[in-house]
Amino acid sequence: MARFVGRKLLHLLPVLLAVTLLTFLIASLLPGDLAYTILGDQATPEKVAALRAQMGLDLPIWQRYLHWLWDVLQGDFGRSFRTGETVLAAVADRLPVSIELMLMAEGLGLLIGIPLAILCAVRSGSAIDRFLTGLAFGKLSLPSFMVAILLIYLFAVTLGWLPATGWVPFTEDPIGNLRSFVLPALTLAFAEWPVLMRVLRSDMIATLQEDYIAMAKAKGLHPARILLVHALKPSSLTLVTVTGINIGRLIGGALIVETIFALPGIGRLLVGAIYARDFIILQGVVLFVAIGFVLVNFIVDMLYAVLDPRIRHGRA
Amino acid sequence: MAVLELEGDTALVSPVRRRGRRLGGLFVAALFWVVLIGLAAILANVLPIVSPTDMDFLGKRAPPSAAHLLGTDQLGRDMLSRLIYGARISLTVGLLSPVIGLVIGGALGMLAGYFGGRFEALTVGGVDVLLAFPPLVFALAVTAYLGQSALNITLVIGVLSIPAFTRVARAVTLSLAQREFVVAAQTLGATHMRILLRELLPNVALPLMAFFLLAVAVTIVVEGALSFLGLGVPPPAPSWGSMIGEGRESLDIAPWLAFLPAGFMFATVLAFNVIGDTLRALTDPRPGAL
Amino acid sequence: MTRALLSLEDVSVELPTPRGTLRAVDKVDLSLMPGRTLGIVGESGCGKTMLSRAILQLLPKRAKLSGRVRFGGHDLAALPAESLRRLRGPELAVVFQDPMTSLNPVLTIGTQLIETLQAHLGMDGAAAARRSVDLLAAVGIPAPAQRLRQYPHQLSGGMRQRVAIAIALSCEPKLLVADEPTTALDVTVQAQILDLLAREQRRRQMAMILITHDLGVVAGRTDEVAVMYAGRVVERAPTAQLFARMRMPYTEALLAAIPKLDSPPHTTLPAIAGRPPDPTRPMPGCSFSPRCRYADDHCRHAKPTLADPERSGGFYACWHPLTLPAAVGT
Ligand SMILES: Nc1ncnc2c1ncn2[C@@H]1O[C@H](COP(=O)(O)OP(=O)(O)OP(=O)(O)O)[C@@H](O)[C@H]1O
Ligand code: SF4
Ligand SMILES: [Mg+2]
Repeated sequence: MARFVGRKLLHLLPVLLAVTLLTFLIASLLPGDLAYTILGDQATPEKVAALRAQMGLDLPIWQRYLHWLWDVLQGDFGRSFRTGETVLAAVADRLPVSIELMLMAEGLGLLIGIPLAILCAVRSGSAIDRFLTGLAFGKLSLPSFMVAILLIYLFAVTLGWLPATGWVPFTEDPIGNLRSFVLPALTLAFAEWPVLMRVLRSDMIATLQEDYIAMAKAKGLHPARILLVHALKPSSLTLVTVTGINIGRLIGGALIVETIFALPGIGRLLVGAIYARDFIILQGVVLFVAIGFVLVNFIVDMLYAVLDPRIRHGRA
Repeated sequence: MAVLELEGDTALVSPVRRRGRRLGGLFVAALFWVVLIGLAAILANVLPIVSPTDMDFLGKRAPPSAAHLLGTDQLGRDMLSRLIYGARISLTVGLLSPVIGLVIGGALGMLAGYFGGRFEALTVGGVDVLLAFPPLVFALAVTAYLGQSALNITLVIGVLSIPAFTRVARAVTLSLAQREFVVAAQTLGATHMRILLRELLPNVALPLMAFFLLAVAVTIVVEGALSFLGLGVPPPAPSWGSMIGEGRESLDIAPWLAFLPAGFMFATVLAFNVIGDTLRALTDPRPGAL
Repeated sequence: MTRALLSLEDVSVELPTPRGTLRAVDKVDLSLMPGRTLGIVGESGCGKTMLSRAILQLLPKRAKLSGRVRFGGHDLAALPAESLRRLRGPELAVVFQDPMTSLNPVLTIGTQLIETLQAHLGMDGAAAARRSVDLLAAVGIPAPAQRLRQYPHQLSGGMRQRVAIAIALSCEPKLLVADEPTTALDVTVQAQILDLLAREQRRRQMAMILITHDLGVVAGRTDEVAVMYAGRVVERAPTAQLFARMRMPYTEALLAAIPKLDSPPHTTLPAIAGRPPDPTRPMPGCSFSPRCRYADDHCRHAKPTLADPERSGGFYACWHPLTLPAAVGT
């Protein structure tokens, strides 16, 4: 296990470094000069020159990268030139909302996807299996912003059951907080379950044909135990990987959903920064999200090892 | 023996055949829709429709009529015309972006799979880094820095699709590189160039093509999402995504303003998915492989 | 006379395949008394595994079973799922061919043993764990207490098969079906496993069906032998009688094909010339006729049925049975 973790860690560091480099390079794609953008149209050349010197913009690009990386390593992701808020403070403020949203969404997605996948695998080839796989396939073509619109139309506009916007902190109004998360989380969950179901279904169908499942039946185990312990555990390996990869899409989805439902999360922070052309916040958030994404995938890899003893013992 | 039995059993339920038969009608419908919407987009200028930016201030959010077959939007612009011109954007970006991925990613993947070694390690590493960014975040950030335009969006999504194409091309090439016909060509003294182009390319092309169609579907969605957020193709050019975004404001009084473009986009994305998936099922006998 | 523990009447198994219906088992009649052993021998693909799966009710989903499988007074095919589940384990158990695939890779040995005990004997965890240690010791696994916490991949093939046997024996079954329990193992381990099975079978007075493609394996270890070819039983006799006087040319060929002890594992019958018939294309005459050196026109047009015309207790399906022991010659 230690060897496994070590190997993964060794792989992690260069990726993280490359991620910082790429983020830095993206930010330097900005045509023109950041100083002009900050100072606006009325900037005098002297002011611009002064700001450039202050921000280190007149240095060669590799020096700028090293300065910036040094700051980042010390936890200084930059500061908004509009509000003066640091990136770290802004992110810390919005992160809980995004995490709550994503956890609820992934949880709901698994809650829908796993039972349906088991159902399909057990009855593979039946009418219900064909219907559900067809539905999942169709759902893959329905992006989350459309689902959001449909849900808003149905539950907020027509039925009036749930709010379409209006987030309140959990500490002020727990029920209201949860209610404001229902539609956004459902929207994201709708994007998740088809993927989860498809992956788990095909793995489960393969697993159910294994000898050890025949063996479990021959041992006279309860069918529920055969499905949930003997078949689900070995089948969930790909599911875990997919869940990891999915987080990338989930973050993208969260960005849209937070914007539509006016949830003050990281996604909205990022979109807001773009609307306001607040490039420092934008760069900081992008870096933060990418690092977070890499780390979550690292954790998912670890989870993989927990599930599969063969990997844990360094065989694979 | 056990292994044989497994193979026997899966052979019985060959997903390709079942899928093929089941999607037959759907496949034709998908092809029909793609051709229809493609022709409409190409012929938009010649078609007898009003300009998508002409505003009819007296007829805002009008229901369908002889003058406006699908009604008008919140500024009194003709919906049908906007939908057709929107198809132009969606299809242009949707078809051009993956070409970038196809060419660059396909070439990188084939070279990496064929030559292996340092080059392969470097390619795989680069792909890993690019994949470390959630795609939508990457697309948004880069277009924000570069500036919003159809060209920039095409380029950004194109770059984003490189890793996936690289992976597909590399995987297929790896599975082929040791096969008899390649080894035979090598022993006969064929050049690398010749093996890559004559022996490998024809075999890699079909899986890549299937993946290309699926990538078109994804690209249309990503472009739609950007435009929906108002961060895609700048107004007043009509795009399905921005139409949905604008229609959202009047969901309570005129829901069709959002649902019409959503329906068009869904149908188009579904159509590309159906065609791509059918093609993939034909080229790859494994269920759910991708 | 006591009643048979297991009896098969006219059992057939049909599998749908893209090339048409495949008759993997064709009208088999067999019976087995409590505590006795039956060897089933035949080439690869002759339907041994399908027959054993028909007995265990573990056929692939799409397979069609006809005929009757009676076990201790039950008609297994007609039994409700829950009753069948209660039989499996305490009455009916199985050891599969390949211990690499028959143990669940993500569950510990302990879990896989203990769950069986708990499912049928109502033991609590601690009692089941103690019993598991005893069982592992009984099948010759060193340091059994440590093994409980290990995963299958940490054990060698022979050890895994011992674990599988311990699991099969855990609830004291009345019938054990062992489907080529040693084919996937090294030659040196094969004899150990077979002796273990024979010892436990005698000790527990349980009936056993030992499936193999190797006539040599059944020789000293079974009471009766059934020889299968192309889904049918083509010869059946008490073991000693069969070896003293075999009647089917196919059995004779099988005997000639017994692999040498020094041949590598996984070798399947090398010596019979030709291949078994395509099971999706039934032939009118004796299905061995294309490979049989005694075949004539009659063989090719009329199918011999399994019978015991001499009332010697030896059944065979052949128009031209061998008349004298091969060793004596004519
Ligand atoms: N799951 C399956 N689906 C379709 N056909 C199968 C399946 N399993 C086995 N068969 C076919 O059924 C026939 C009998 O197979 P079976 O596995 O019973 O043979 P066997 O005697 O056990 O052979 P072996 O010694 O190789 O284990 C063979 O022709 C085989 O190809
Ligand atoms: S019936 Fe004829 S072909 Fe068949 S085994 Fe006997 S002699 Fe050979
Ligand atoms: Mg077998």
